[in-house]
Amino acid sequence: MKQPKTIIEKIWEKHTVVQEPDKPDLLYIDLHLVHEVTSPQAFEGLRLAGRKVRQPERTYATVDHNVPTIHRPLIRDEVARKQMETLRSNCAEFGIRLADIDHPDQGIVHVIGPQLGLTQPGKTIVCGDSHTSTHGAFGALAFGIGTSEVEHVLATQTLWQNKPKTLNVHIEGSLGTGVTAKDLILAIISKFGVKFGTGYVLEYTGEAIRKLSMEERMSVCNMSIEAGARAGLISPDETTFEYLRDRRYAPEGLDFEAAVSEWKNLVTDEGAAYDHTVYLDASEIEPQVTWGTNPGMCLPISANVPDPALIEDKDERASVEQALAYMGLEANQQLTSIEIQHVFIGSCTNSRITDLRKAASVIKGRKVHPSVRAMVVPGSFTVKMQAEQEGLDQLFQNAGFEWRDAGCSMCLAMNEDVVPAGERCASTSNRNFEGRQGTGARTHLASPEMAAAAAIEGRFVDVRQVVAPTV
Amino acid sequence: MEPIKTHNGLVYPLPKRNVDTDQIIPKQFLKRIERAGFGQFLFYNWRFDENDQPRTDFSLNQPKYEGVSVLIGGDNFGCGSSREHAPWALLDYGFKVIIAPSFADIFYNNTTKNGILAIRLSEQQVDYLLNQAEKNSYTLTIDLEKQKVYDKLGFEAGFDIPAYNKHMLLNGLDEIGITLSYADQITQFEQTH
Repeated sequence: MKQPKTIIEKIWEKHTVVQEPDKPDLLYIDLHLVHEVTSPQAFEGLRLAGRKVRQPERTYATVDHNVPTIHRPLIRDEVARKQMETLRSNCAEFGIRLADIDHPDQGIVHVIGPQLGLTQPGKTIVCGDSHTSTHGAFGALAFGIGTSEVEHVLATQTLWQNKPKTLNVHIEGSLGTGVTAKDLILAIISKFGVKFGTGYVLEYTGEAIRKLSMEERMSVCNMSIEAGARAGLISPDETTFEYLRDRRYAPEGLDFEAAVSEWKNLVTDEGAAYDHTVYLDASEIEPQVTWGTNPGMCLPISANVPDPALIEDKDERASVEQALAYMGLEANQQLTSIEIQHVFIGSCTNSRITDLRKAASVIKGRKVHPSVRAMVVPGSFTVKMQAEQEGLDQLFQNAGFEWRDAGCSMCLAMNEDVVPAGERCASTSNRNFEGRQGTGARTHLASPEMAAAAAIEGRFVDVRQVVAPTV
Repeated sequence: MEPIKTHNGLVYPLPKRNVDTDQIIPKQFLKRIERAGFGQFLFYNWRFDENDQPRTDFSLNQPKYEGVSVLIGGDNFGCGSSREHAPWALLDYGFKVIIAPSFADIFYNNTTKNGILAIRLSEQQVDYLLNQAEKNSYTLTIDLEKQKVYDKLGFEAGFDIPAYNKHMLLNGLDEIGITLSYADQITQFEQTH
């Protein structure tokens, strides 16, 4: 009888080029996504060594981290402009496709890969960006790499990788009304911690996962890295296949049907063993908001800010004290008493069309609170166009939101979209680290629905009390 | 990259958990297209205030930590962003060895590729090292060949490292050069993939 295998092991075996003792495996990379911030030194390395890009057609580049989201194509930041120009000349020199700042396919690399159908089940996908885990939503093995590894993939289309351990994140039940995929992944990280996935690839399984749309699955897999896991994936199913049908780079016609029958094998076999399994019941999850300086410092909206005095472990107490001091919060303060000055709806976690529709459904007819500056940054030019066709741009702007061009924007504030020191932002992004959205800025992570509700109220509220259930 | 066999150096203690790469090198310094010169921006928002003046209350700015080359950190060191600018900044500042109870996966890979030795020791061992380095001017010796860390006071700890990483670090090898020696296998793989 054949040994039962996890989907992770199946993909791994199919991509192993070399396996030798006392070495990691040499893993073949099907798709390499490139952006302006983590690639210049890699291309320079190739040039210095007189090397070529081995498979330009397996490589796809865009600009996202640095790009301004307003007044394009003017780029006022000289250093950023130079970085984008460097990517342009590198792509020209090495023959790589580039969705440049004025190209209709431009957008956040983890939004456009799936949108173009470049992301497909069973592929190995890398990018010099830790949120590459996003693509795992399609049953791909996708992980972030450093710039040395970017250079290695450009030159060889492979990477030396130790076979990861496997961790099953099993989510039973159903998410309640007003509770989102973002709340699910935040609840997972807060329950199991910011390093429970270190050394593992996560596979998300269970009824609650199966019910998620593709875009919701991307939000979940996106934040695997915030649990320490370089990759997190979901076995493909009809939802995946339907999403991919007719995408530009997906197989066409009979080839698509053949691909689907192949993709259907990308399941974890009955009886396959994981190195570890954790369980969570989706029906217990409430809308979440982070209160601290890492994504695990997160609580249900009905809760109060933790009291360090009640924490026994001295290191844990110290990190909570530091986080509260940075965040300017009081112990035991209600989360619903936290007033915000900024709202950011965007990022590779939550900037897709369904995210914008959900935020819009909360706003409908209401206005942004006078003390709040709110902006929507669509994940790609395509998402922006689609939203405009649906009139979402008007809805957001009538409510008082700024409507911007696509990019990473205020998620990491490398462009001009910055939260000032000491001010507070309700953000649909993925990291609430110190200084992430601007030096001294205070970030609270939440779902698009919760961020939209906060924009209206000027403070965090339970979105379920703001809007009547839609279903 | 520079080979690393043994290292003897002054220790800097950073007793914080979950130090993320946004803290190691904040995003405003990621726009440069070179690999060199990131040391001046290391831990920038902790080292410097809003007027770019050194913060006296941040320990790395104290004279006793001038010339440090061994960093002792907390659990889950280097979590978050994959930016290799983090090890570039640490190396350029002068750090050759980082010791912590655990490291984030991407950061750990990135250190090895740049000739920085990242060593996992137990919480207890790390606490001892933090304590010594906070009290005194404290130096440690790291012997990669023997996989040992020791001081002059009698502390000695063995550590694990994957054989491959050890080989690369000891010899300062160009990994791409090695991989290209497998070009035939890669081509063969591509023909049937």
